[in-house]
Amino acid sequence: MRPALSIVVFTVLAGAGYGVWTWLGVLLALRAYPPGRNATLLPLALGFALVSAGLVVSLLHLGQPQRAWRALTQWRTSWLSREGLAALLTYLPALALAGLVRGDASFLPARLVGALLALGALATVTCTARIYTSLPPIPAWRDRRVLPLFHLHALLSGGLWFAGGAQFAVRSTAGVALAFAWLLAVVLLLAANLKRAYWRALDAAPAPADAGRASGLAALGTVRAFEGPATEASYVTREMAFALARRHAARLRRIAAVLAYSLPFLLLCVAAFDMTLRPWVLPPAAIACTLGLLVERWLFFAEAKHVAAAYFP
Amino acid sequence: MTALPPPPPKKLGLVIDLDTCVGCHACAVACKSWNDGGAFGPLPDADPLGAAPDGVWFNRVHTYEVTGLGTAGAASEQRKADDGGRPEIPTAATAHSRVPPALTIHFPRSCLHCETPACVPVCPTGASYKRAEDGIVLVDADKCIGCQLCAWACPYGAREFSAARGVMQKCTLCVDRIYDDSLAPQDRQPACVAACPTRARHFGDLGDPHSEVSKLVAERGGFAPLQELGYAPVNRYLPPRPHRDDGAHAAAETAEAPLDGEALPPLLRWLDRLLSR
Repeated sequence: MRPALSIVVFTVLAGAGYGVWTWLGVLLALRAYPPGRNATLLPLALGFALVSAGLVVSLLHLGQPQRAWRALTQWRTSWLSREGLAALLTYLPALALAGLVRGDASFLPARLVGALLALGALATVTCTARIYTSLPPIPAWRDRRVLPLFHLHALLSGGLWFAGGAQFAVRSTAGVALAFAWLLAVVLLLAANLKRAYWRALDAAPAPADAGRASGLAALGTVRAFEGPATEASYVTREMAFALARRHAARLRRIAAVLAYSLPFLLLCVAAFDMTLRPWVLPPAAIACTLGLLVERWLFFAEAKHVAAAYFP
Repeated sequence: MTALPPPPPKKLGLVIDLDTCVGCHACAVACKSWNDGGAFGPLPDADPLGAAPDGVWFNRVHTYEVTGLGTAGAASEQRKADDGGRPEIPTAATAHSRVPPALTIHFPRSCLHCETPACVPVCPTGASYKRAEDGIVLVDADKCIGCQLCAWACPYGAREFSAARGVMQKCTLCVDRIYDDSLAPQDRQPACVAACPTRARHFGDLGDPHSEVSKLVAERGGFAPLQELGYAPVNRYLPPRPHRDDGAHAAAETAEAPLDGEALPPLLRWLDRLLSR
């Protein structure tokens, strides 16, 4: 599949933003978050910026972006429609929270809205992932690891942005910050291992179809695509028969893994051992992870093979 | 609405005979020509007369080479001809006949107007829909936002995004022809069917077991590819006919055996005698 830059950037940025909102909402709901107006408003605004930037970039992928509102109508059948609706609905608790923060951790409305924010953010990430996992012609996306990976990557990158951004506003106790750093490390290890298993499964998977299956002529004998339908490329060959990345896949995977997992893990360990270093190591960890996920997401598209590519020589 | 309608009373579709298709692309050109000016057009091309023309075609003709004939599918012999899954093939039953070293098969590829197409429910806007009355799958270009998710959902590569119009386009089964009372009855069929010089394309109701197309499918073992993905395509392809003992085989035999003049029909017997003098 051709990796459209707009979708790659959208899923990574919005994923990080929803991750920030999820952590903030959960910690508020559980009363585990330190009190203070700015302590809440800063990560709330950070998530807002990431989510909104992602959503605006996603519009660039549309052929008729001015009609984007129509995408909110078919939520009964379409995961894309559900994603749009969930994304817009999640703004409601975010805005409500901005108005409700009183600097008191036990203020019940703020805790309830925090829980709604986390639920909306997770629901939106779920819808995003389900868009991909519900497409039968692309087996690489139907893998059962895809959905949890979207969640883990949102929680990982969002968690790093949350920890890196919030600590400027929060004089949180060292104990809470330390626990959060270890929690993020666990999420990171889960994501890294699941992604490695996904890549291994992808390497072992057979091609989704060959010319014989695609044409239905396999029962006749050995089928070979002899001549394509046109001398020029078409939408289908450009979109579904994208093969550029597979040549560099191994190197790109290493770059993605180092940036998204290895480097943030090292920096998290540094932060855990010396909490005073947090302002110096957590923002770089968030940036590295986001860059790594951009490469990871690019590969997620580029390495996925579509059945329709088998029609072509 | 992108929810699929209940199974339609009619299942309009195409039956394409891979035995007689000669790969002339007349269907593709006629389709482009009609639909460029039809109700679902235009189909604008970028650089149409230049070095790299680029634009939407609803119908594209592929060419495949099949080798190792009669070796791959002996197991499919028991399969019912009309199960729609795989083509009936020249197997052991016809093994004594002259099996050619390879076949060239031209394969026109367009929307198969599936009964349960994934391209329709994934549409976020309701622009993609399946008609409740005859099962034709269409795109409303005025509602389409060009997200291209439907094209990803189609395993047949039947949908093409028009960069020039910013919307998805696809085969309409010439819905703007087949119901047009102002056309002569013989012209109320898709442009590709009307244009085919070898009559390899047939149009009709595949939901009616007594229709001409359904009989053709039953008789010739019509199939649809990629049935295992569960889209339940309506269109059918007719496989190449098994190669029979043909003229070449008979000629080879007669070259060895002397001609028995007395066994010929009267006119040929007379000619044989005349020429033997």
